[in-house]
Amino acid sequence: MKTYHADERGYYGEFGGAFIPEMLYPNCEELRQNYLRIMEEPSFQKEFHQLLKDYVGRPTPLYFAKRLSEKYNTKIYLKREDLCHTGAHKVNNTIGQILMAKKLGKNRIIAETGAGQHGVATATVCALMGIECVVYMGEIDIARQAPNVARMKMLGTEVRPALSGSRTLKDATNEAIRDWINNPVDTHYIIGSVVGPHPYPDMVARFQSVISEEIKWQLKEKEGRENPDYVVACVGGGSNAAGAYYHYLDVPDVGIIAVEAAGKGINSGESAATSALGKVGIIHGSKTLLMQTDDGQITEPYSISAGLDYPGVGPMHAHLFKSGRGEFISITDDKAMTAGLALCQLEGIIPAIETSHAFAIFEERQFEKDDVVVVNLSGRGDKDLRNYIDYFRL
Amino acid sequence: MNRINKKLQEDKKMLSIYFTAGYPKLNDTVPIIEELEKNGVDLIEIGLPFSDPLADGPTIQQSSTAALKNGMHTELLFQQLKGIRKTVSVPLIIMGYFNPVLQYGVEAFCKKCQEIGIDGLILPDLPLDVYQEEYKSIFEKYGLINVFLITPQTSEARIKAIDDASEGFIYMVSSASTTGAKEGFGPEQKAYFERITEMKLKNPQIVGFGISNSDTFQQATQKTKGAIIGSAFIKHLSQKGVSKIGQFVKGIR
Ligand SMILES: Cc1ncc(COP(=O)(O)O)c(C=O)c1O
Repeated sequence: MKTYHADERGYYGEFGGAFIPEMLYPNCEELRQNYLRIMEEPSFQKEFHQLLKDYVGRPTPLYFAKRLSEKYNTKIYLKREDLCHTGAHKVNNTIGQILMAKKLGKNRIIAETGAGQHGVATATVCALMGIECVVYMGEIDIARQAPNVARMKMLGTEVRPALSGSRTLKDATNEAIRDWINNPVDTHYIIGSVVGPHPYPDMVARFQSVISEEIKWQLKEKEGRENPDYVVACVGGGSNAAGAYYHYLDVPDVGIIAVEAAGKGINSGESAATSALGKVGIIHGSKTLLMQTDDGQITEPYSISAGLDYPGVGPMHAHLFKSGRGEFISITDDKAMTAGLALCQLEGIIPAIETSHAFAIFEERQFEKDDVVVVNLSGRGDKDLRNYIDYFRL
Repeated sequence: MNRINKKLQEDKKMLSIYFTAGYPKLNDTVPIIEELEKNGVDLIEIGLPFSDPLADGPTIQQSSTAALKNGMHTELLFQQLKGIRKTVSVPLIIMGYFNPVLQYGVEAFCKKCQEIGIDGLILPDLPLDVYQEEYKSIFEKYGLINVFLITPQTSEARIKAIDDASEGFIYMVSSASTTGAKEGFGPEQKAYFERITEMKLKNPQIVGFGISNSDTFQQATQKTKGAIIGSAFIKHLSQKGVSKIGQFVKGIR
């Protein structure tokens, strides 16, 4: 059967794999050999689902957005990941990975973060489990995202500035990988999206797949059918999207829409629309689409939302794009901000700026009146107030 | 016979030096190679700079960033090296990350290497299985030796597989670390060097990472065929310049 899931070597079509230096081979191999077995263990499943329920607050609601639906003359449902503990879907993955780390006998956690959402989600689960945690964050992002830096510190995490390269997310990821090279035995690296070497993209997608697992039964209750006509999500690295698409990947009736950040415009030189601007290459151990010079040097993306500001995209999404299974749309800063404000005023929900990009598609693209469109509301906007204030002069 | 294999037959410990092409100055590449050969270095690794060198510590990161800022790129490196075999006979290896090679085109890259007289490549993030399935035949067509790494954590079975796949030497990373991170060797490294020696591999081993002076060079090569110096050489180069390369090499052996 044709599938859009990873094969056993971690490839989605031509994308994925593990392009890692030998120093990382034992770590990744240990994870690769064990992740599926551990995830299937009843004790793991039990603890994972218990924590998702009691600690994260799952299931998150699937909410019929009446006024938004009226405005765009279609049926729009919102999957409320913004109501997760810590304010975004990121925690689904960190809960899964901290349990994985424990099963593997690791006693130290490292992570990278851009905006700080994944850093906070990691710091949170490390506090929960009493495990030492170091989060790498670009020096420039530390300055831009002070509240999340403070949150991580309050949670007992050490935030280490990434001083190399462009001092943003990609460099924080490099630093985390370097830390892992230097600490191969006791440390687990909690990657924050469906990126990096195999088995990370598949593992993170599986942890996030709880999103579409819930959408299926929730939509059945509300609409009498499990399958929407479309699932829409914003894509940075691609983890909230992977979770929202997961159980629909191989269901051709369900349209998959991926929304990327166009920044100041695709051709402005300040953009993060990887599917439009990227070429096949290797970033952080994965063969995927990435923004780079003709010479193969990785370039710095730009988006108003720090969480979409990544020069690559997960290999699942590269394959969805290349194969035509997914429809990829890119949204500028301005359109995203406008759509975010519209959601506030139509539905009383302040979205993260990442998520605002997903809502802008209703201005870009027509849906049929009786189409059921599920938008993954990946996070809430508290962390972005500074940006909203500056942008709208509030 | 490939220059690397020929060199390795010599009855001496190999001193191998790594430097980043385009650093300190854009056009230092050829003068550095000539100075290294003049001072008796056995193997030279020419670093092709990359924006995201994730196996490297701060020294090589900085030299890579500076080299790119100076304007170094793949085609330019090939231009600089074009006449190198008129003046230099020491084995030359290009070391870099896989993405720039992929963008140049693996076959085009290998072909250029052969034209110039490059003898081998070290691409740490090109994994063994992908190399064997997709690229081995291309490397062989252009007479290039691909050098693989092992670390203290590499399993015995995998070391054997790497030994089977290797045709020059094995790059033995001395400890679990990025480049330039640790200096000197403890009992752990000595045990590791011994363990590998006892495996009686078909390829000689050359130790890299953590070698910075004559002491560490001695220790690293007691049981192995040679050692590679990178970060310490680049630091010397930054402080003293190309004209003092002889001073550095003489300090090692
Ligand atoms: C709310 C929210 N949505 C989306 C993203 C983008 O990440 P991903 O594409 O992995 O879901 C982030 C990342 O920080 C985020 O905080």
